[in-house]
Amino acid sequence: MTRPAALVIGGGIAGIQAALDIADAGFKVYLVERSPSLGGRMSQLDKTFPTLDCSACILTPKMVDAGRHPDIELFTYAEVTGVSGEAGRFQAQIKKKPRYVDVEKCRGCGLCAEACRLSGRIASDFNAGMGKRAAIYVPFPQAVPLVYTVDPEACVYLTRGVCGKTFKCQEACPSDAIDFTQKDEMVEVEVGAIVVATGFDVFDARRKPKFGYGVYPEVITTLEFERLASASGPTLGKIALNGRRPQKVVFIQCVGSRDKSIGVPYCSRVCCMAVAKQAHLAHDRLPGAQITVFYMDVRAFGKGSEEFYDRVRQEGILYRRGNPSEIIRRGEHVVVRAEDTLLGEPVEVEADLVVLAVGLQPRPGAEALAGMLHLKRDDDGFFQESHPKLRTMESGVPGVFLAGCCQSPKDIPDTVAQAKAAASAAMILLAGSRREHLEIEDLRVPAL
Amino acid sequence: MLQIESRPFALEHGLFACIQCGKCTGGCPMALKTKLSPRTVIYRLLVAGNGFDLEGREELWDCTTCSTCYSRCPKQVNPMEMIIALRGAFVEKGRVHPNVKAAFESTFRHGNPLTMPREERRAWAKDLSVKPFETGVEYLYYVGCTPAYDPRGQQVARALVRVLQAAEVNFGILGEHENCCASEVRRLGEVGLFEMLVEENTGLFHELNVGQMFTTSPHCFNVFKNDYPKSGMQVQHYTQVLAGLVERGALKFTGKLEKTVTYHDPCYLGKHNGIFDEPRAVLKSIPGLKLIEMDRSREKSLCCEGGGGRMWLEGTNPNVRLAQLRVQEALATGAEILATACPFCLLTLDEAVKHVQAEEKIRVMDIAELAAAAL
Repeated sequence: MTRPAALVIGGGIAGIQAALDIADAGFKVYLVERSPSLGGRMSQLDKTFPTLDCSACILTPKMVDAGRHPDIELFTYAEVTGVSGEAGRFQAQIKKKPRYVDVEKCRGCGLCAEACRLSGRIASDFNAGMGKRAAIYVPFPQAVPLVYTVDPEACVYLTRGVCGKTFKCQEACPSDAIDFTQKDEMVEVEVGAIVVATGFDVFDARRKPKFGYGVYPEVITTLEFERLASASGPTLGKIALNGRRPQKVVFIQCVGSRDKSIGVPYCSRVCCMAVAKQAHLAHDRLPGAQITVFYMDVRAFGKGSEEFYDRVRQEGILYRRGNPSEIIRRGEHVVVRAEDTLLGEPVEVEADLVVLAVGLQPRPGAEALAGMLHLKRDDDGFFQESHPKLRTMESGVPGVFLAGCCQSPKDIPDTVAQAKAAASAAMILLAGSRREHLEIEDLRVPAL
Repeated sequence: MLQIESRPFALEHGLFACIQCGKCTGGCPMALKTKLSPRTVIYRLLVAGNGFDLEGREELWDCTTCSTCYSRCPKQVNPMEMIIALRGAFVEKGRVHPNVKAAFESTFRHGNPLTMPREERRAWAKDLSVKPFETGVEYLYYVGCTPAYDPRGQQVARALVRVLQAAEVNFGILGEHENCCASEVRRLGEVGLFEMLVEENTGLFHELNVGQMFTTSPHCFNVFKNDYPKSGMQVQHYTQVLAGLVERGALKFTGKLEKTVTYHDPCYLGKHNGIFDEPRAVLKSIPGLKLIEMDRSREKSLCCEGGGGRMWLEGTNPNVRLAQLRVQEALATGAEILATACPFCLLTLDEAVKHVQAEEKIRVMDIAELAAAAL
């Protein structure tokens, strides 16, 4: 009999935590991540609220642990394409996408990327489109695994069939790792339990055209701000637009949250504190800057959050109650138009940087994954838990458990807590599945 | 004593959903110049007890019903409809501005708010060989009061007829039988008169088997499409018809118009009905015409103050006119022509150009006129 195993789908903080816990308990884990590296959204953050820990500093060790854990088999740049079976005995098909780089040979030196004809010309997803990379890349320096990947949508050879007389990347590689003959590779694994930890996407601010995101270069999102503030970001941590340091910064809360007019009725839970943290960072890094936060209600409910909100205000950050209606251009500046509802007066605030606190959304792939695993989705598109209070990490499908923002928006502590709970639920099943006859009946979820 | 009981009124209009975020007031064009604050009106009403406590607030009559408030609201509260309902209660009590009273009376007697005789309703078209609408004609062209009677409006109707005839569109008009659509009557709160006209017009359209209709004015278009009972009749704004003709190749411009044009989105076309692209498609199809956008375009277009009955009401701060601001914005683009597709916008913007003495620099034209000039 084979050793009980679990499949974890998603390599962000939720998936990493669940995988580490299950593997530490002695079970085998297959950890599948769609992008070239573990890390997920948390790897894009600069600091975390309310403690101001460096996000990469607390995440990277976990990524490394997961990467070299003897009981975790990592499938990065891979996708789960099919699942059959039932709790205790699922068969999962995993498609390993071709990196066009031999992971055994690649040493992560980066000479290929330097040599690439498109070096410095491809928008970096990791940097929210702001930084540039080559067509062969690692998303960020702390990537796990630290191996290069050829972007099939950018690579000149892969898109046009020819890239000059010789492959610059191949010539540059000292390990002979680049291999354009690679194809999709299918792997099948058998697992007793599945943890879904596929995370979230951010709201597309273009859906609120009144704010001019995509039209005014001064208007960015909170995710973009994270990359600007991060030492590993496109500006090496300097908060600047086109080299200029903004002096009038406005944050706008609830962009794509609590907004029925665009079908997003829910609160995204993290934005209030993310903005408080970013306002603090702006205050810290832009001496003398006037910083204003427009808000509807401040929800500072987590441990240490109210205290952090107190601290940020006392640094001189002005919180004005009112959710802006529009942004217009006036000469050199953009102007945020709102009502200050405490004054009861319409106000216009000039800005050279406006940060839209974009809400959290289900991943576009959530529908397909729900279909594959027979998961239910709630009205907002997140995966539906079995019970809103007592079974928040159970999916309603026996043997399939939920962790992190794929179930609902949540911050890092809540994500980690749910991931550990999902891992625990999976392990209960895996421990039981050592018995010859699994009592599937016991696992059935009663109808709500 | 008459009462507007606040809580039932607020429940009926969904006002308890309001979270006082101020997006409505922050975007309200009238808040730029008057005391009107949709958010505050909601809150005052919620706490008032009797809605008539708000009767003395003249700014309630400033609302142009542009719908910016509703389009921005994250909780789908509609402050504009709340204001219309309050006006309705005040009007029912007999509180009507003399100008508005005259407009209502004229609409009741002559089928138009402009105190013009019904017999002259088709005078604008007498030399144009426009046939009367009868059953079997493809489109009813509902002209509307301003294009039928106002000299500037008439130019638009005449231009539109020339364009439609060039494209061989099968359409007819109602002539003297055409009645006011009552869009402004409804927005001024005269519910009884509105319902009467709805009944009359619906009856006439039904009798004539009108299948498809288009209008000159976005206001008429909106009221027929959204406020009249659903009848299966298809209602379009004329820019939608022209855009369709251009797309099918049925409308071809043989002339050229070497002009730089900027387009002002009328509220009742854009914010109310999401029609942003069709007017632009028509403009872009005119050879030689260069379309440039103002910063405030599409969803952010600045209201001209012509809606919500404001053609008959000065409002509380007549010294500042948003149409003049709008003309300044158009001038800043360097455009030679400020195009629009609404008779009210046309009149308010025309007047504003004169006020800021910019007649030499910029001309206000309806899209129908630009199309006719390129035939």
